[in-house]
Amino acid sequence: MTAGTPADTAGIPPDAEGGYIDGNALAGPLAELFAVDLTAATSQCAHCSNTGPVARLHVYRQAPGLVARCQQCGQVMLRLVRAPETVWLDTSGITVLSIPVGAD
Amino acid sequence: MARTAVSRRLGDRLRWRVAEVTERRAESATAVTLVLEVPEWPGHLAGQHVDIRLTAEDGYSTQRSYSIASAPDGTRLELTVQRVVEGEVSPYLVDELMPGDQLELRGPVGGWFVWQPEQEEPVLLVAGGSGLVPLMCMIRSRRAAGSRVPFRVLYSLRSPAELLYGPEIRQGTPGVDLTHIYTREAPQQSARPPGRITPDDLARHGWPPDFAPTCYVCGPTAFVEKAAAYLVLLGHDPERVRTERFGGGED
Repeated sequence: MTAGTPADTAGIPPDAEGGYIDGNALAGPLAELFAVDLTAATSQCAHCSNTGPVARLHVYRQAPGLVARCQQCGQVMLRLVRAPETVWLDTSGITVLSIPVGAD
Repeated sequence: MARTAVSRRLGDRLRWRVAEVTERRAESATAVTLVLEVPEWPGHLAGQHVDIRLTAEDGYSTQRSYSIASAPDGTRLELTVQRVVEGEVSPYLVDELMPGDQLELRGPVGGWFVWQPEQEEPVLLVAGGSGLVPLMCMIRSRRAAGSRVPFRVLYSLRSPAELLYGPEIRQGTPGVDLTHIYTREAPQQSARPPGRITPDDLARHGWPPDFAPTCYVCGPTAFVEKAAAYLVLLGHDPERVRTERFGGGED
Protein backbone atom coordinates (compact mmCIF):
# COMPACT_ATOMS: atom_id res chain seq x y z
CA MET A 1 0.00 0.00 0.00
CA THR A 2 0.99 3.57 -0.36
CA ALA A 3 0.91 6.09 2.41
CA GLY A 4 -2.40 7.89 2.36
CA THR A 5 -3.21 11.53 2.49
CA PRO A 6 -5.76 12.89 4.95
CA ALA A 7 -8.16 13.43 2.07
CA ASP A 8 -8.51 9.74 1.35
CA THR A 9 -8.57 8.36 4.85
CA ALA A 10 -12.26 7.67 4.34
CA GLY A 11 -11.46 5.45 1.36
CA ILE A 12 -14.49 6.88 -0.34
CA PRO A 13 -15.06 9.79 -2.69
CA PRO A 14 -15.41 13.06 -0.76
CA ASP A 15 -19.12 13.14 -1.41
CA ALA A 16 -21.00 15.57 0.82
CA GLU A 17 -24.24 13.61 0.60
CA GLY A 18 -22.86 10.11 0.85
CA GLY A 19 -20.06 11.07 3.19
CA TYR A 20 -21.23 9.16 6.20
CA ILE A 21 -21.63 5.55 7.17
CA ASP A 22 -23.62 3.79 9.87
CA GLY A 23 -22.81 3.57 13.55
CA ASN A 24 -22.09 -0.11 12.87
CA ALA A 25 -18.59 1.05 11.97
CA LEU A 26 -18.02 2.09 15.59
CA ALA A 27 -18.20 -1.55 16.68
CA GLY A 28 -14.49 -2.27 16.32
CA PRO A 29 -13.11 0.95 17.85
CA LEU A 30 -15.55 0.67 20.79
CA ALA A 31 -14.89 -3.05 21.28
CA GLU A 32 -11.29 -2.11 21.86
CA LEU A 33 -12.52 -0.38 25.02
CA PHE A 34 -15.72 -2.06 26.15
CA ALA A 35 -16.61 -5.66 26.88
CA VAL A 36 -20.13 -5.47 25.41
CA ASP A 37 -21.16 -4.40 21.93
CA LEU A 38 -22.19 -0.77 22.27
CA THR A 39 -23.55 -0.48 18.73
CA ALA A 40 -26.60 -2.51 19.80
CA ALA A 41 -27.15 -0.12 22.73
CA THR A 42 -29.81 2.58 22.57
CA SER A 43 -28.55 6.12 22.88
CA GLN A 44 -30.42 9.32 23.67
CA CYS A 45 -29.32 12.50 21.92
CA ALA A 46 -28.44 15.33 24.31
CA HIS A 47 -29.67 17.89 21.79
CA CYS A 48 -33.03 16.59 20.52
CA SER A 49 -33.68 13.66 22.91
CA ASN A 50 -34.19 11.26 19.99
CA THR A 51 -33.41 7.67 20.95
CA GLY A 52 -32.18 4.85 18.75
CA PRO A 53 -29.49 2.23 18.37
CA VAL A 54 -25.91 3.48 18.26
CA ALA A 55 -25.68 1.42 15.06
CA ARG A 56 -28.00 3.97 13.42
CA LEU A 57 -25.91 7.07 14.13
CA HIS A 58 -24.33 8.77 11.15
CA VAL A 59 -20.57 8.32 11.31
CA TYR A 60 -18.13 10.61 9.53
CA ARG A 61 -14.58 9.40 8.99
CA GLN A 62 -13.19 12.44 7.22
CA ALA A 63 -12.29 14.07 10.52
CA PRO A 64 -9.24 12.88 12.43
CA GLY A 65 -10.97 10.00 14.16
CA LEU A 66 -14.66 9.21 14.07
CA VAL A 67 -17.55 11.61 14.59
CA ALA A 68 -21.04 10.19 15.17
CA ARG A 69 -24.02 12.44 14.68
CA CYS A 70 -27.69 12.06 15.60
CA GLN A 71 -29.67 10.66 12.68
CA GLN A 72 -32.52 12.97 13.63
CA CYS A 73 -30.99 16.41 14.34
CA GLY A 74 -27.44 15.98 13.03
CA GLN A 75 -25.74 17.18 16.21
CA VAL A 76 -22.55 15.49 17.38
CA MET A 77 -23.24 12.70 19.87
CA LEU A 78 -19.90 10.91 20.09
CA ARG A 79 -16.32 11.52 19.03
CA LEU A 80 -13.55 8.97 19.13
CA VAL A 81 -9.92 9.62 18.29
CA ARG A 82 -7.30 6.90 18.44
CA ALA A 83 -3.84 8.19 19.25
CA PRO A 84 -0.91 5.76 19.39
CA GLU A 85 -1.27 5.09 23.10
CA THR A 86 -4.53 6.78 24.08
CA VAL A 87 -8.11 6.74 22.94
CA TRP A 88 -10.01 10.00 23.30
CA LEU A 89 -13.73 9.36 23.70
CA ASP A 90 -16.18 12.25 23.95
CA THR A 91 -19.77 11.19 24.65
CA SER A 92 -21.05 14.57 25.78
CA GLY A 93 -23.74 14.48 23.09
CA ILE A 94 -25.34 11.39 24.65
CA THR A 95 -27.48 11.69 27.77
CA VAL A 96 -28.26 8.02 28.34
CA LEU A 97 -26.99 4.73 26.94
CA SER A 98 -29.22 1.71 27.45
CA ILE A 99 -27.05 -1.35 27.00
CA PRO A 100 -28.44 -4.87 26.49
CA VAL A 101 -26.37 -7.28 28.55
CA GLY A 102 -28.63 -10.35 28.63
CA ALA A 103 -29.89 -12.14 31.72
CA ASP A 104 -27.53 -12.14 34.67
CA MET B 1 -28.93 -11.52 20.91
CA ALA B 2 -25.30 -11.66 20.02
CA ARG B 3 -24.46 -13.42 23.23
CA THR B 4 -22.30 -16.26 21.95
CA ALA B 5 -19.97 -13.99 20.06
CA VAL B 6 -19.96 -11.31 22.70
CA SER B 7 -19.78 -13.22 25.96
CA ARG B 8 -16.53 -14.89 25.01
CA ARG B 9 -14.94 -11.52 25.11
CA LEU B 10 -16.34 -10.31 28.39
CA GLY B 11 -13.50 -9.03 30.46
CA ASP B 12 -11.13 -9.17 27.53
CA ARG B 13 -10.82 -6.25 25.19
CA LEU B 14 -10.73 -6.78 21.47
CA ARG B 15 -7.25 -7.28 20.11
CA TRP B 16 -5.66 -7.46 16.71
CA ARG B 17 -4.74 -10.91 15.50
CA VAL B 18 -2.75 -12.09 12.52
CA ALA B 19 -4.63 -13.91 9.77
CA GLU B 20 -3.10 -15.73 6.83
CA VAL B 21 -4.50 -15.68 3.32
CA THR B 22 -4.92 -19.28 2.18
CA GLU B 23 -6.77 -18.74 -1.07
CA ARG B 24 -8.14 -16.00 -3.31
CA ARG B 25 -11.07 -16.25 -5.67
CA ALA B 26 -12.03 -13.68 -8.28
CA GLU B 27 -15.75 -12.88 -7.96
CA SER B 28 -15.91 -10.27 -10.73
CA ALA B 29 -13.47 -8.03 -12.60
CA THR B 30 -13.25 -5.78 -9.54
CA ALA B 31 -13.98 -8.02 -6.56
CA VAL B 32 -12.11 -10.84 -4.94
CA THR B 33 -12.88 -13.23 -2.10
CA LEU B 34 -10.01 -13.71 0.32
CA VAL B 35 -10.06 -16.96 2.27
CA LEU B 36 -8.34 -16.47 5.61
CA GLU B 37 -7.11 -18.80 8.29
CA VAL B 38 -7.59 -17.03 11.63
CA PRO B 39 -6.12 -18.88 14.61
CA GLU B 40 -8.49 -18.96 17.59
CA TRP B 41 -11.33 -17.36 15.64
CA PRO B 42 -14.24 -17.26 18.13
CA GLY B 43 -16.96 -17.65 15.49
CA HIS B 44 -19.28 -14.95 14.20
CA LEU B 45 -22.88 -14.01 13.49
CA ALA B 46 -24.20 -13.37 9.98
CA GLY B 47 -23.86 -9.66 9.21
CA GLN B 48 -20.90 -8.96 11.47
CA HIS B 49 -17.71 -7.41 10.17
CA VAL B 50 -14.00 -7.30 10.89
CA ASP B 51 -11.56 -4.43 10.93
CA ILE B 52 -8.43 -4.88 8.83
CA ARG B 53 -5.27 -2.94 9.59
CA LEU B 54 -2.47 -2.38 7.12
CA THR B 55 0.83 -0.87 8.12
CA ALA B 56 3.31 0.48 5.59
CA GLU B 57 7.06 0.13 5.94
CA ASP B 58 7.32 3.72 7.14
CA GLY B 59 4.93 2.94 9.99
CA TYR B 60 1.90 4.65 8.49
CA SER B 61 -1.09 2.58 9.38
CA THR B 62 -4.71 2.58 8.27
CA GLN B 63 -7.75 0.42 8.82
CA ARG B 64 -11.05 -0.46 7.16
CA SER B 65 -14.09 -2.53 7.99
CA TYR B 66 -15.05 -5.50 5.81
CA SER B 67 -18.14 -7.65 6.08
CA ILE B 68 -17.74 -11.36 6.59
CA ALA B 69 -19.04 -13.35 3.61
CA SER B 70 -18.85 -16.92 4.87
CA ALA B 71 -21.04 -18.83 7.32
CA PRO B 72 -19.23 -19.74 10.55
CA ASP B 73 -16.75 -22.53 9.77
CA GLY B 74 -14.09 -23.05 12.43
CA THR B 75 -11.03 -20.88 11.89
CA ARG B 76 -11.79 -20.29 8.22
CA LEU B 77 -13.11 -16.88 7.27
CA GLU B 78 -14.00 -15.39 3.91
CA LEU B 79 -14.09 -11.69 3.07
CA THR B 80 -15.19 -10.32 -0.29
CA VAL B 81 -13.52 -7.05 -1.18
CA GLN B 82 -14.62 -4.73 -3.95
CA ARG B 83 -11.91 -2.51 -5.41
CA VAL B 84 -12.75 1.13 -4.74
CA VAL B 85 -11.35 3.45 -7.42
CA GLU B 86 -8.78 5.74 -5.80
CA GLY B 87 -9.19 3.66 -2.65
CA GLU B 88 -6.33 3.38 -0.24
CA VAL B 89 -6.79 -0.14 1.07
CA SER B 90 -9.02 -2.11 -1.28
CA PRO B 91 -6.69 -2.06 -4.36
CA TYR B 92 -3.99 -3.65 -2.22
CA LEU B 93 -6.35 -6.33 -0.93
CA VAL B 94 -7.87 -7.02 -4.35
CA ASP B 95 -4.74 -6.90 -6.50
CA GLU B 96 -1.70 -7.60 -4.38
CA LEU B 97 -2.52 -9.79 -1.43
CA MET B 98 -1.61 -13.40 -2.23
CA PRO B 99 -1.91 -16.79 -0.53
CA GLY B 100 0.71 -17.00 2.19
CA ASP B 101 0.51 -13.28 2.95
CA GLN B 102 -0.58 -12.17 6.39
CA LEU B 103 -2.71 -9.31 7.57
CA GLU B 104 -3.88 -7.87 10.86
CA LEU B 105 -7.52 -8.31 11.72
CA ARG B 106 -9.83 -7.83 14.68
CA GLY B 107 -13.35 -8.99 15.24
CA PRO B 108 -15.97 -10.14 14.81
CA VAL B 109 -17.72 -6.89 15.69
CA GLY B 110 -21.21 -5.45 15.39
CA GLY B 111 -24.27 -6.83 17.14
CA TRP B 112 -27.05 -4.91 15.42
CA PHE B 113 -26.88 -5.63 11.69
CA VAL B 114 -27.06 -9.38 12.28
CA TRP B 115 -29.39 -12.23 11.43
CA GLN B 116 -29.56 -15.27 13.68
CA PRO B 117 -31.03 -18.68 12.86
CA GLU B 118 -33.37 -18.41 15.88
CA GLN B 119 -35.24 -15.59 14.14
CA GLU B 120 -38.58 -16.84 12.81
CA GLU B 121 -39.98 -13.87 10.87
CA PRO B 122 -39.63 -13.56 7.08
CA VAL B 123 -36.53 -11.72 5.92
CA LEU B 124 -36.00 -9.17 3.18
CA LEU B 125 -32.46 -8.53 2.02
CA VAL B 126 -31.77 -5.49 -0.17
CA ALA B 127 -28.27 -5.24 -1.60
CA GLY B 128 -26.62 -2.49 -3.59
CA GLY B 129 -23.48 -3.78 -5.36
CA SER B 130 -20.99 -5.25 -2.91
CA GLY B 131 -23.55 -4.60 -0.17
CA LEU B 132 -24.48 -8.18 -1.01
CA VAL B 133 -21.54 -9.49 1.04
CA PRO B 134 -23.01 -9.48 4.60
CA LEU B 135 -26.39 -10.49 3.16
CA MET B 136 -24.76 -13.46 1.43
CA CYS B 137 -23.39 -14.38 4.84
CA MET B 138 -27.00 -14.43 6.09
CA ILE B 139 -28.11 -16.62 3.17
CA ARG B 140 -25.22 -19.01 3.76
CA SER B 141 -25.80 -19.08 7.52
CA ARG B 142 -29.49 -19.80 6.94
CA ARG B 143 -28.53 -22.77 4.78
CA ALA B 144 -25.87 -23.98 7.21
CA ALA B 145 -28.35 -23.83 10.10
CA GLY B 146 -31.08 -25.64 8.13
CA SER B 147 -33.43 -22.68 8.73
CA ARG B 148 -36.66 -22.65 6.73
CA VAL B 149 -37.39 -18.99 7.27
CA PRO B 150 -38.35 -17.53 3.87
CA PHE B 151 -35.89 -15.00 2.47
CA ARG B 152 -36.50 -12.58 -0.35
CA VAL B 153 -33.53 -10.82 -1.85
CA LEU B 154 -33.34 -7.76 -4.09
CA TYR B 155 -29.88 -7.40 -5.54
CA SER B 156 -29.18 -4.13 -7.34
CA LEU B 157 -26.13 -4.10 -9.59
CA ARG B 158 -24.91 -2.10 -12.55
CA SER B 159 -24.60 -4.91 -15.07
CA PRO B 160 -24.38 -8.71 -15.29
CA ALA B 161 -20.57 -8.40 -15.26
CA GLU B 162 -20.67 -7.13 -11.68
CA LEU B 163 -22.54 -10.14 -10.33
CA LEU B 164 -20.94 -11.55 -7.20
CA TYR B 165 -21.08 -15.25 -6.29
CA GLY B 166 -22.45 -16.04 -9.79
CA PRO B 167 -22.40 -19.88 -9.72
CA GLU B 168 -23.83 -20.04 -6.20
CA ILE B 169 -26.55 -17.52 -6.98
CA ARG B 170 -27.51 -19.19 -10.26
CA GLN B 171 -27.79 -22.50 -8.47
CA GLY B 172 -30.24 -20.93 -6.02
CA THR B 173 -31.31 -21.94 -2.54
CA PRO B 174 -34.76 -23.35 -1.68
CA GLY B 175 -36.74 -20.75 0.24
CA VAL B 176 -34.58 -17.87 -0.98
CA ASP B 177 -36.15 -15.85 -3.82
CA LEU B 178 -33.67 -13.58 -5.48
CA THR B 179 -34.47 -10.75 -7.87
CA HIS B 180 -31.82 -8.86 -9.82
CA ILE B 181 -32.25 -5.13 -10.35
CA TYR B 182 -29.90 -3.97 -13.10
CA THR B 183 -29.24 -0.25 -12.96
CA ARG B 184 -27.31 0.38 -16.18
CA GLU B 185 -27.24 -2.68 -18.36
CA ALA B 186 -29.64 -5.63 -18.11
CA PRO B 187 -29.33 -9.04 -19.78
CA GLN B 188 -31.35 -9.33 -23.01
CA GLN B 189 -33.98 -11.64 -21.54
CA SER B 190 -34.63 -9.26 -18.65
CA ALA B 191 -38.18 -7.85 -18.66
CA ARG B 192 -37.30 -4.90 -16.44
CA PRO B 193 -35.52 -2.03 -18.21
CA PRO B 194 -32.28 -0.95 -16.51
CA GLY B 195 -32.76 1.63 -13.80
CA ARG B 196 -32.28 2.30 -10.14
CA ILE B 197 -34.39 0.53 -7.54
CA THR B 198 -37.95 1.85 -7.16
CA PRO B 199 -40.69 1.48 -4.52
CA ASP B 200 -42.48 -0.68 -7.08
CA ASP B 201 -39.52 -3.13 -7.18
CA LEU B 202 -39.62 -3.39 -3.40
CA ALA B 203 -43.42 -3.81 -3.32
CA ARG B 204 -43.37 -6.40 -6.07
CA HIS B 205 -40.43 -8.52 -4.93
CA GLY B 206 -40.30 -7.82 -1.20
CA TRP B 207 -42.78 -8.74 1.55
CA PRO B 208 -46.06 -6.99 2.36
CA PRO B 209 -45.50 -4.86 5.49
CA ASP B 210 -48.14 -6.82 7.45
CA PHE B 211 -45.94 -9.92 7.21
CA ALA B 212 -43.66 -7.93 9.53
CA PRO B 213 -40.39 -9.02 7.93
CA THR B 214 -37.04 -7.85 9.21
CA CYS B 215 -35.41 -5.92 6.37
CA TYR B 216 -31.65 -5.68 6.00
CA VAL B 217 -30.38 -3.05 3.57
CA CYS B 218 -26.70 -2.78 2.71
CA GLY B 219 -24.78 -0.86 0.07
CA PRO B 220 -23.45 2.59 -0.78
CA THR B 221 -24.88 5.31 1.45
CA ALA B 222 -27.12 6.92 -1.17
CA PHE B 223 -28.53 3.54 -2.20
CA VAL B 224 -29.30 2.53 1.38
CA GLU B 225 -30.81 5.92 2.11
CA LYS B 226 -33.20 5.57 -0.76
CA ALA B 227 -34.13 1.90 -0.33
CA ALA B 228 -34.71 2.30 3.43
CA ALA B 229 -36.90 5.38 2.84
CA TYR B 230 -38.94 3.46 0.24
CA LEU B 231 -39.48 0.58 2.66
CA VAL B 232 -40.80 2.94 5.33
CA LEU B 233 -42.93 4.66 2.69
CA LEU B 234 -44.42 1.27 1.78
CA GLY B 235 -45.46 0.81 5.39
CA HIS B 236 -42.61 -1.16 6.94
CA ASP B 237 -41.92 -0.34 10.58
CA PRO B 238 -38.70 1.73 10.69
CA GLU B 239 -37.64 -0.40 13.66
CA ARG B 240 -37.60 -3.43 11.40
CA VAL B 241 -35.40 -1.83 8.75
CA ARG B 242 -31.74 -2.38 9.57
CA THR B 243 -29.12 -0.65 7.51
CA GLU B 244 -25.43 -0.79 6.81
CA ARG B 245 -24.12 2.10 4.75
CA PHE B 246 -20.61 1.94 3.49
CA GLY B 247 -20.24 5.38 1.99
CA GLY B 248 -19.67 6.34 -1.63
CA GLY B 249 -22.07 6.87 -4.48
CA GLU B 250 -25.34 5.36 -5.57
CA ASP B 251 -24.50 2.25 -7.59
